[in-house]
Amino acid sequence: MLWSYRHSGTRKSWFNINTRELSEVVVIGSTASLKDEEEFTDILEERRRTTDLGYALRTFNPQPYKGAPSGSTSDLKKAVLESQYLRYIIALETGSSVEKVRQEARGILEEMSHNLQLGFIRLMGYTVSKVFKRLFRSIYVNMEGLNMLQQAIQESPVILMPNHRSYVDFLIVSFILFTYDIPIPVIAAGIPLASMKVVGEILRRSGAFFIRRAIGSDKLYWAVLSEYVRTIVRTGCAPLEFYVEGFRSRTLKSVVPKLGMMDMVLEPYFKGEVFDITLVPISISYDRVVEESLLALELLGVPKPKESTTGLFKASRVLQEDYGCMHVNFGRPLSVRQLCEGKINRSEYNLIPRYRFIQDCVNWLAHLIVRTQEEGSLISPWSLMACLLLQAPITTLTEEGLQWHGLTEKTLWLRKLVLDFRGCLNWPARTPDSDVMSSTVALHHSIVHHKAGRVYLVQDGDPASQDPLSPEEGVMRTAAAVLMLVSYRNQALHVFVRPGILATAIHITKSTQKDELFSFFCFLRDVFSNEFIFIPGRASQDFDEACSLLQKCGAVHMSQQEVTVLETGLEVLSFLQKLLQPFLDSYQFFGFFVFCFAGDLHTFEVLSSDTQKNVLAALRRLEAVTKLRA
Amino acid sequence: MKWNGWGYSDSKFLYNKKGQAEFTGKRYRLSGMIIPGLREWMESTFGANLQHKTPAAPILNSSAVQPPTLNEAFLKELKSTGIPFSHDAEDRVFRSHGKAEKSLLMSTKQSSMFFADCHNDVVKIVELACKHNVCLMPYGGGTSVSSALECPPEETRSIVSLDTSQMLNESGYCTGHEPDSMEFSSLGGWVATRASGMKKNIYGNIEDLVVHIKMVTPQGVIEKSCQGPRMSTGPDVHHFIMGSEGTLGVVTEVTMKIRPMPEYQKYGSVVFPNFEMGVACLREVARQRCAPASIRLMDNEQFKFGHALKPQVSSIFTSFLDGLKKFYITKFKGFDPNRLCVATLLFEGDREKVLQHEKQVYDIAAKFGGLAAGEDNGQRGYMLTFVIAYLRDLGMDYYVIGESFETSVPWDRVLDICRNVKARIVRECKDKGVQFPPLSTCRVTQTYDAGACVYFYFAFNYRGLSDPVHVYEQVEHAAREEILANGGSLSHHHGVGKLRKEWMRETISSVGMGMLKSVKDYVDPNNIFGNRNLL
Repeated sequence: MLWSYRHSGTRKSWFNINTRELSEVVVIGSTASLKDEEEFTDILEERRRTTDLGYALRTFNPQPYKGAPSGSTSDLKKAVLESQYLRYIIALETGSSVEKVRQEARGILEEMSHNLQLGFIRLMGYTVSKVFKRLFRSIYVNMEGLNMLQQAIQESPVILMPNHRSYVDFLIVSFILFTYDIPIPVIAAGIPLASMKVVGEILRRSGAFFIRRAIGSDKLYWAVLSEYVRTIVRTGCAPLEFYVEGFRSRTLKSVVPKLGMMDMVLEPYFKGEVFDITLVPISISYDRVVEESLLALELLGVPKPKESTTGLFKASRVLQEDYGCMHVNFGRPLSVRQLCEGKINRSEYNLIPRYRFIQDCVNWLAHLIVRTQEEGSLISPWSLMACLLLQAPITTLTEEGLQWHGLTEKTLWLRKLVLDFRGCLNWPARTPDSDVMSSTVALHHSIVHHKAGRVYLVQDGDPASQDPLSPEEGVMRTAAAVLMLVSYRNQALHVFVRPGILATAIHITKSTQKDELFSFFCFLRDVFSNEFIFIPGRASQDFDEACSLLQKCGAVHMSQQEVTVLETGLEVLSFLQKLLQPFLDSYQFFGFFVFCFAGDLHTFEVLSSDTQKNVLAALRRLEAVTKLRA
Repeated sequence: MKWNGWGYSDSKFLYNKKGQAEFTGKRYRLSGMIIPGLREWMESTFGANLQHKTPAAPILNSSAVQPPTLNEAFLKELKSTGIPFSHDAEDRVFRSHGKAEKSLLMSTKQSSMFFADCHNDVVKIVELACKHNVCLMPYGGGTSVSSALECPPEETRSIVSLDTSQMLNESGYCTGHEPDSMEFSSLGGWVATRASGMKKNIYGNIEDLVVHIKMVTPQGVIEKSCQGPRMSTGPDVHHFIMGSEGTLGVVTEVTMKIRPMPEYQKYGSVVFPNFEMGVACLREVARQRCAPASIRLMDNEQFKFGHALKPQVSSIFTSFLDGLKKFYITKFKGFDPNRLCVATLLFEGDREKVLQHEKQVYDIAAKFGGLAAGEDNGQRGYMLTFVIAYLRDLGMDYYVIGESFETSVPWDRVLDICRNVKARIVRECKDKGVQFPPLSTCRVTQTYDAGACVYFYFAFNYRGLSDPVHVYEQVEHAAREEILANGGSLSHHHGVGKLRKEWMRETISSVGMGMLKSVKDYVDPNNIFGNRNLL
């Protein structure tokens, strides 16, 4: 009341804020069918034109979240340690003195805490720029998504949720945000990274914070972690980045989301500590994944090398290879408030201390995010080829070779199908199709090679080794190559899953009755819900989607009660059914195995530890087996 | 008194010939003064321009008001008792609305008005109403903001309003009960709505002040047999009456505690660097139970608003002093003018104790970064609460509509509720197509051991909207939902009326509703008191 002011800023910005049609995104499958090359900008192009040093030292002056205090990391740690919740938990810990427990909590926090420093961001920018220019031809980013993100960051706390397909993408988001003057995120990472010499510390100072893998029932640890995460979200001091899938997908297929972190991140909204939270799904797609061969071996049970700095240097030979392009697709920012409207009753928390969660809603949201990531992923020509290669008999691939001409034709046919199914395709425009095909195969020379009009599967170490292989070794070698193909096929799977399940249902039931097909569709969807991403409670929408897609591509005719297969649709249906056959086989085989039956092995995929894990999880979920503690 | 606005006819805000805002009349400290900052504030906050004026309907046209449904037999019998009454359109409109924004734009279906003078008059009227099945609506000061005085649209009987405002004697005693509407509201109304006063920290809320109540109901008169200060005789029947909102009967007599007039009064104010610090300070004051007669914390927007209402200064010296204060706080102390907020204080009691008390409160404030900002600012803050209602009328002249509403909330949720409700109002206005950012502001007006009372104000410029009242209702509705979702109560003291009825069940549970319903069914089986408030 002492003097007068002019209103600034806020008044004007009223008109500038983009009206975000958030609800649009919830309508699954509405994404544009083909991403034009023009929508994406190659950020490496400028990096190749100007010096990295100049880039790293440029002025960095991002617009932060409005109410955010410019708190340092020590302020953050202090706020966590002095929070009411942590004090409450510490008081509950009996057995040792309060001071001792506090000390322990402080230790946990030290181990966990990030130490984001601009200097290290610059160092990171410099190094990452150097490395990425070596690895990739280009890194495409959709500018529209970045603009929306920039806007969203000023309005509410933002959670960046990329998918995780490679170690390479750990710093990619930070790199892009640094390039475009957007606040650098803090990133949730696994503790093994922290123990890497020097590199661990660099990551920490680039914004990584570290979470132990097996927390179990360590109450104090949970308390410190959740309070730490919540404080970051509440204060909005930096965007928070984490992988909702929990870890790097070994199969390049989306993993059923983990809810622990999601819970912690969303809690401030449910408890009313923030007005809204914005979730930004980010889809990162690779033409070729850097650690492709390691992944396959890991899936076959060869232990993954421990994360270590020396290991990192040894791996530097990967720098010699060409990994094609990388696409980073920033999804439309999603408002948790709008998504949860009508789904939860926040006043339920009026009478209890505010730390309980709404699991169902969180689970639904987490699935929605992964599904959105899938929709934003770009499918490369290579993924389409992998789908087709895997449908050829294995001996054809290893011995006779597959006809190049036929493969090209089929791939082009599949391209059309993907577009019909509204998938995002990364097919170079203005390049003859034959060039696209041959350059794709050239890029993946480690898996297939093209010789005299035929395509063969490359089997590791083939020419050098003179010793005859033992049968086990032979199987392993072929399996490793097949599993690599499988991984790339998986990148395209999300487009085909729903119509594929319907095609399988039609194939198995031989029925034309819609309700019969629907119930079998639901059964398969249920069985495979550890394998593919289905948003809970949307079975009938998924079924409708499958029906309309099959109708659109002319495979079936729909009436009120019936689904009739059209002559023209046999090719599509058989492709889809064969695409999912390995999963059916694996589940069946594994089921027989568990219940002590014998069976013939039809697919290499059953050897993948990931598939085995999923089957076991599905069987437990369906209460066919239970786990006994040893 | 105005029927289509707040308060006395001679007191209002207007723009004078020079385009400066002025407050007319002689009743208030601000009366007759020019307020130079108001126009700029109105323009920058709402985009409300002098060129765009909407005159409020000044004269009431009898033909615009629905003809009354009369019950001749009832009227005839009642005339013989000699109680004054009226069919006059203006009287009827006046008595059938409160001061909620919406009701200022509505008409009525009430048939006649009776002016009751004493308990016996009321008893006669209620008896006759029961006999002839006439709907009765008690009327106190007409300051309701919860649509409690609107006639229920489904009511087909003859509706009769019972004005009890003339029953309040000017006694000269001090009850210490000072709601913001105290100039106009009535004692019976305070009881029937569970009112709360500004100085409740010293004197208590209405439930703490009342010693004895007499109420006329269709079943007869209810009262306690003695005036014992506390009784353990089952649930307190006074609590059926307080907050019954005219659904059970007419309160005709109230015995209240009185206190000697305070020897000494002192205003004060404290500036805090931000709202969070301010709330933490109020919480600490509540914890130490040393709250002064009144302590209120305004957020930054209200601080700016308060500043806009500062009258023209008389001397160069004063303006120089103001400049110096501003320099000290923003430059020397480093407060951000867009974040700082102010608490206003009122101390009452004997002189020595007040000074001691004052020191204690300022010491606590200092721990939370608060700087004492003088008596003058404090006093102006309280004056504002009386004139702010007039300001709404000025706003309505320039396409601005606004309203205030309140809630009570536990201490740990105060900050969250303030942030979220304000943000919700802004977002809803935007979604509903409001062309200019709304004013969305709050203040903490009362402190309790377990929580606080929070008041929200919102106002927006409705130029370009086809149905502003509807938009306005939607925004208010959304804001109330946000309050409930954040652990706030349905009402701290405005009551439920008809405006907030839909949330009663979730607020007090189905069994609770049943309890209230069965009391109503017993006391008033034919729904003579048919204003349909509360349940």
